[in-house]
Amino acid sequence: MTVSSLESRTREFFERVSNGGKVEMTDWMPDDYRREVLKFIEMHANSEIMGALPEREWINRAPTIHRKLALTAKIQDEVGHSQLLYRLAEDLGKSREQMFTDLLDGRTKFHNVFHYPTYTWADAGIIAWLVDAAAILSQKALLDCSYAPYARTMAKICWEESFHIKHGYDIVVTMMNGTDRQREMVQDALNRWWGPLMQFHGPRTPRETDKDIAWGIKARANEELRQEFLSLYVPRIRELGLTIPDPNLRYDEERGVWEYTEPDWNELRSVVTGHGPRSQERLGFRRMSYEQEAWVRRAVMGRPVV
Amino acid sequence: MEKKVYEVFRQERDGKPFVHSGNVEAPDDALALQYAREMFGRRGESFRLWVVLRDAVLELSDRDLLSPALDRSFRTVQGYRLRDKLAAAQGREAGT
Repeated sequence: MTVSSLESRTREFFERVSNGGKVEMTDWMPDDYRREVLKFIEMHANSEIMGALPEREWINRAPTIHRKLALTAKIQDEVGHSQLLYRLAEDLGKSREQMFTDLLDGRTKFHNVFHYPTYTWADAGIIAWLVDAAAILSQKALLDCSYAPYARTMAKICWEESFHIKHGYDIVVTMMNGTDRQREMVQDALNRWWGPLMQFHGPRTPRETDKDIAWGIKARANEELRQEFLSLYVPRIRELGLTIPDPNLRYDEERGVWEYTEPDWNELRSVVTGHGPRSQERLGFRRMSYEQEAWVRRAVMGRPVV
Repeated sequence: MEKKVYEVFRQERDGKPFVHSGNVEAPDDALALQYAREMFGRRGESFRLWVVLRDAVLELSDRDLLSPALDRSFRTVQGYRLRDKLAAAQGREAGT
């Protein structure tokens, strides 16, 4: 391909995707687009597998057998999502081994909310309800992704996430109907998770400068997602008798937007670069399980296990 | 053994079409079926799965062949506009 034909092909490609055109794995795509989609999916895959870890801490402490089964099913879903997403990323040209090594060595990231500790069963409820609710909004913004295999996978993932949210809501509502101590536990968990939840969708990158929007990878800007999260969940949180720990949170009827205390973006940056309260511990656990289960990977490949 | 990619097609209910659902990577057919069941059937959402080696899939996406520029409306229902002609015929019949 000559330089000028590559340039015009690239120009046509971006024009197509920014107008709603779709790309399949077997289609030609510019390196910039491939790299960006790969980076996006890899971060998503990392978040799914790392996201299983905080909840995993509660499998053995779930209060009833039904909760234990439901929590285990949710965790299996999250790990399954990471499998689906790593497959997509592999098809874009990066090996699974390399992705795991990069995750364990801190060269790639995972979502901020999975870097925090869990203290009580209420954390399991708040994570499944509100963290998953924030996540599903981001994921719904990918249902029309220009990279079509990702969009299709997202339809399956969103369908499964809806059970997680319902289960988390059920945990929270059950506890709110319980004792004062249980209600305190939920309030305490909400107090701790609110900051990370407000940081979750990221800084207010304007639509116009967001490459992922320009290239049709995602449909909605960070602030739009945060506003929708607030519109949907603030009333549901408040009607349970919980207090949102932000004195500046209010809906401006005139402008039709939620006002809130500026999220701590320095905390977000520091947490996602591996300096969160549980970043290293969780990566350590992942590394341990990756090494411990190496024999299983060898066994399925028909290689000697020791 | 080398890992191979298998494409998975899911039939939601008996008699319905098989729809492409994603893919799994496995070293052999038996594990491919097992992984497909785990990834695409653990909620009872599938009546049947087809698991096909990706290398066996032939793709045709050439727009020149699939959407030729020539008018092919003679092959379609939309290619036949009967309203006025039919009204004329009915009118003639009514007139006799």
